[in-house]
Amino acid sequence: MSQVTLHSGTPIKIAILAMGGQGGGVLADWIVEMAEAGGWWAQTTSVPGVAQRTGATIYYVELLPEAAAHAAGRPPVLAMMPTPGDVDLVVAAELMEAGRAMQRGLVTPERTTLIASTHRSYAVAEKAAPGNGIADPNKVLDAGREAARRLLCFDLQQMAERAGSVISASLFGAIAGAGVLPFARDAFEATIRHGGVGVEASLKAFALGFDAAAQAPAAPARIDTSRPLPDVPASAAHPRVQVLLDTVKQFPQATQPLLVAGVRRLIDYQDVAYAEDYLRTLQGFRTLDAQAGGDARDWALTQAAARYVAVAMSYDDMIRVADLKTRGSRFERVRSEVGAKSDQLVYTTEFMHPRLEEICGTLPLRLGRWLENSKTFGGFIRRRVEHGRRVKTGTLTWFVGLYCIAGLRRIRRGTLRHAIETAHIDDWLARTTRIVATDYALAVEVLACRRLIKGYSGTHDRGDRRFARLMQAADELLGQPEAAATLKSLRDAALADEEGKALDAQLAQLLRAPATPPAGGRARIDTPRVAA
Amino acid sequence: MAERSFAKEVEQLRLPAGSEFRGEGILAVTKALLQSGVGYVAGYQGSPISHLMDVLADAKEILDELGVHFEASASEATAAATLAASVMYPIRGAVTWKSTVGTNVASDALANLASGGVTGGALVIIGEDYGEGSSIMQERSHAFAMKSQMWLLDPRPNLESIVKAVEDGFELSEASNTPVMLEMRIRSCHVHGRFITRENCRPAFSLAEALENPRRDTNRIVLPPASFAHEHEKVRDRWPAAVQFIRERKLNEFFDGDDTHADLGLILQGGLYNGVVRALQLLGLADAFGNSRIPLYVMNVTYPVIDDEVLAFCKDKRAVLLLEEGQPDYIEQNLNTILRRAGVTTALCGKDVLPMAGEYTTQVMRDGIEAFLTTHAPRALESSAAVPAQAPAAVPITFHPKVRDLAAVVPPRPAGFCTGCPERPIFAAMKLAQADLGEHHISCDIGCHLFSILPPFNLGATTMGYGLGAASSSAFNVKSGKRSISVMGDGGFWHNGLTSGIANAVFNKNDGVIVIVDNFYSSATGGQDIPSSRADNPNRATKHPIEAAIRGAGVKWVRTIDRTYDVARLRDTLEEALTTSTDGPKVIIAQSECMLNKQRRVRPLFNKAVKAGERVVKERFGVDPDVCSGDHACIRLSGCPSLSVKDSGDPLKEDPVANVDNSCVGCGNCGEVAEAAVLCPSFYRADIIHNPTAADRIKARVRGAVIGWLQRRRAARLARHAL
Repeated sequence: MSQVTLHSGTPIKIAILAMGGQGGGVLADWIVEMAEAGGWWAQTTSVPGVAQRTGATIYYVELLPEAAAHAAGRPPVLAMMPTPGDVDLVVAAELMEAGRAMQRGLVTPERTTLIASTHRSYAVAEKAAPGNGIADPNKVLDAGREAARRLLCFDLQQMAERAGSVISASLFGAIAGAGVLPFARDAFEATIRHGGVGVEASLKAFALGFDAAAQAPAAPARIDTSRPLPDVPASAAHPRVQVLLDTVKQFPQATQPLLVAGVRRLIDYQDVAYAEDYLRTLQGFRTLDAQAGGDARDWALTQAAARYVAVAMSYDDMIRVADLKTRGSRFERVRSEVGAKSDQLVYTTEFMHPRLEEICGTLPLRLGRWLENSKTFGGFIRRRVEHGRRVKTGTLTWFVGLYCIAGLRRIRRGTLRHAIETAHIDDWLARTTRIVATDYALAVEVLACRRLIKGYSGTHDRGDRRFARLMQAADELLGQPEAAATLKSLRDAALADEEGKALDAQLAQLLRAPATPPAGGRARIDTPRVAA
Repeated sequence: MAERSFAKEVEQLRLPAGSEFRGEGILAVTKALLQSGVGYVAGYQGSPISHLMDVLADAKEILDELGVHFEASASEATAAATLAASVMYPIRGAVTWKSTVGTNVASDALANLASGGVTGGALVIIGEDYGEGSSIMQERSHAFAMKSQMWLLDPRPNLESIVKAVEDGFELSEASNTPVMLEMRIRSCHVHGRFITRENCRPAFSLAEALENPRRDTNRIVLPPASFAHEHEKVRDRWPAAVQFIRERKLNEFFDGDDTHADLGLILQGGLYNGVVRALQLLGLADAFGNSRIPLYVMNVTYPVIDDEVLAFCKDKRAVLLLEEGQPDYIEQNLNTILRRAGVTTALCGKDVLPMAGEYTTQVMRDGIEAFLTTHAPRALESSAAVPAQAPAAVPITFHPKVRDLAAVVPPRPAGFCTGCPERPIFAAMKLAQADLGEHHISCDIGCHLFSILPPFNLGATTMGYGLGAASSSAFNVKSGKRSISVMGDGGFWHNGLTSGIANAVFNKNDGVIVIVDNFYSSATGGQDIPSSRADNPNRATKHPIEAAIRGAGVKWVRTIDRTYDVARLRDTLEEALTTSTDGPKVIIAQSECMLNKQRRVRPLFNKAVKAGERVVKERFGVDPDVCSGDHACIRLSGCPSLSVKDSGDPLKEDPVANVDNSCVGCGNCGEVAEAAVLCPSFYRADIIHNPTAADRIKARVRGAVIGWLQRRRAARLARHAL
């Protein structure tokens, strides 16, 4: 009776998950070249196709010693694709791709070493959200700790950039440092050298990846996604600012960091007096908060007011934009951001589009209102001024022009825009005050709705409209159970999509109120209109 | 010029006989063609066979030496028709394309070719774009082989077998006067492996000889009565000849198993072989070298099925399992007929234990084989316990709650427009035009521009095939308040869109708007040249403007926009096209060079200029985080990979702000969109002057002195009041 002899020899199986253009193919080729040079049989396959254009894709490598093939007397038959549960090493060139590997079942607690770069390259869905659509990176780490035999996570993209190289080099280093492949460091480095392109930088990135993996802890630490609040400084140089600081310190501890941020923002935005106004408003809230039992609620009302009143008071106008664009610190930031060397010159061009509303808004109240209603002036501005302007901030004429606009800060409190914004804020705060007596949590949510108002022109206008609808909703919700939670979910819906479909749906469902169709009854980019 | 240079790979084509070739599957095919004495090669690029075309385009010198003619065909139909040279003359010819889409386009020519038959070997190398990584509808090319009666090779996915299949394919074609299709799956095209080379050989009979000694035979031409005779010839002569060749040359392979399992067997398509072996390995029934306890019958030729081989394999077996990927189950139906006719009672399993549709991954086949054995030979699975187990975990980790939770965070990441892509502003403009004029019916085409259907643009309703964007708006040729918009790429335009779309719209007086995306290359397939390419290509005639062609076809309303990044102008032109009272098709040609190719072309020149000390300016974009409001409206009109978000760094600003990373190529889309859509002033363009001149430096010093003084003045005020 004849029996087929099964020979020993199991391939090492490696899956590389990357995005098109990241160099996953280069990494796979390096592994193959190194293995072949070391007397191994190596096979790699991939399905790049159209995924080369930034999509997610997998490269798959199998390695088997040539000696085993000799012993078996025939070449190995290696698989063309990874099998879930049958992969020794998974390399993810981006954090969410590590998540994808686990979703596909490629990572198993019995076998798999998972090496992932913790950096994020946000997907369109994440970055296009009107609010914050960024996925929680720690979910991937949490899953990785369960799914992988060994999990190594560090920012290999940043290491590559530090070395002036690309991520394939630091990933290659991490593979070497993790000691998961039967090749010595020399073999890895020789492969990079043999490639002959950008060798020095690649070796540097390789070394950084190697060290990180070699010294990696048993389980990677959580990624810190908290947003630190400022410390409360001990003192301030200017006597009036010191008074402000002293006032802040009389507030409950929990509210102080946000108050510091608010005061800083408003001094930066306008002047010390403006910050004094702010603290006066906040003192009012603090009193209100105390009456409403804020003590037991971690002063949530005052905290929300500290944040959103500061944001509301520092509305975006031409003066603010001109000020920020002309600062010396901004010039320095641009230079460093574009990586300019000391012997290079950098000039910026701004893309501005001044509109009638903004021009009038920057003028004194009455003049501004009169001109805004003047057909002649409006027509002139629309014809002559209201179009895209390429502003070269680094040239004298443009700089001085912007500098002067920034100087209008002195008359800001008398401008039309300021009057509009102030009225708006007053109305909002009055509503909060009215509500807090009945429903503390709802009042806090009303304050937080200010988050919807941001940006300029159409964006601002859209946020403004949604804000108004939520304020109306708040009034209707008052007295109902779960009013605060409902308003919060409405706010989340308002930030879910540009067209406001989610908000319409929720409003219709929750309040049984007819959803206001957006103008024109279709998805659109809002036409410019000033906040009213 | 294609996206990737194959100078290194071309050298491999010169390897002398007996050396070891190491490289990609599709390159091995290229080498095999030269070893087979091919006389001409033609084709149309497309994944997964683009590299075959690209390598040959870069291998002009070696092809000339061997006397091989190579053509980048206008379409797959052209490529298939090229095989006409093998009808009367003993010249071997090969053509290649992406399938099934390319085979669809080619099928008219293929059917004619297959009817009359061939004298010289005719090989159709199809890149079967099926399963993971595919970008097209999921169909089988198998049907084409059956309907036209061409033979279909599906070799085991190792380079040795693939190369042998090319050589065998030509001989089979000649032995049976029938064109032969060689199916290359996506992964086989890209697999890295090795084989021992043979010498390249010159074609035995040259194209020039054919031209100088023309031959004709009316019996080979598809016209009655010959066409009726052809059908009988196919079944009477060519089929038996093919069967005889396949049997004698042992193109299909039998692998014996254990005697104890001699009453079982697996029948499989050659292309699935490696996966089947791995599946058996996972069940403890095979090793890593293809030694299997269960006997295998590997069909390296999947059409025609060789009845005698099937019967011989099934004889004395209780049950066999057929592994046939895709649907319909043509082979399974065929095997059932064969077994029944012969009165063989062997049980045939197939799609009953394996899925009817979808890719046959290793896991799918493992499960199928396991189900088959559980029913027909449970002891086979028991015996596997003796083999060192490497079976995957019993409960897959995907069921772990934390892994399941990933569904909420891991975002889909489909392919999209590259950084700086000139097509992005076209769709930004279209989105803005729709904001003004309402939503329209938009017909899409095949090409990178089809990414418009995805977020953030969400534009487009249908795609009907390459170059068929305008054609698929044909029915909307009725009076209405709104016009249809069609998109077509320059690749599709030259492929067939000029006639199927443009001329058709002129002839039928279609009132719709057609946007032709002219990015100087056939970009989606790897940046190959086309007639309207701007590059100087020594081997091709380029620089034939699209506008001249469409004016020639009779279009009166044409607007050529030579910079797609001018979003406002594109939007205005689109709005004009949608509202003008002019009759007939309104064609907008939007031109800017494919950024992937442009960067490849420009970057080395730029670096060289910098090194040489020349004054050069590099542009890139940025966002002022303190001005940015974190609404991301700019991203919803862009989706550029280099335009992302980051934490604002401001405790009061909760939402992340837009951020342009270092991969920015300074295309200008961000600024133009912000301006055209009146978004926000946070974008800036930074011009970085490398090697500034003395004049530059003096000017900068003067500016710096004044500006610096003013900035310090203002900074001092803030510093005084710092908290």
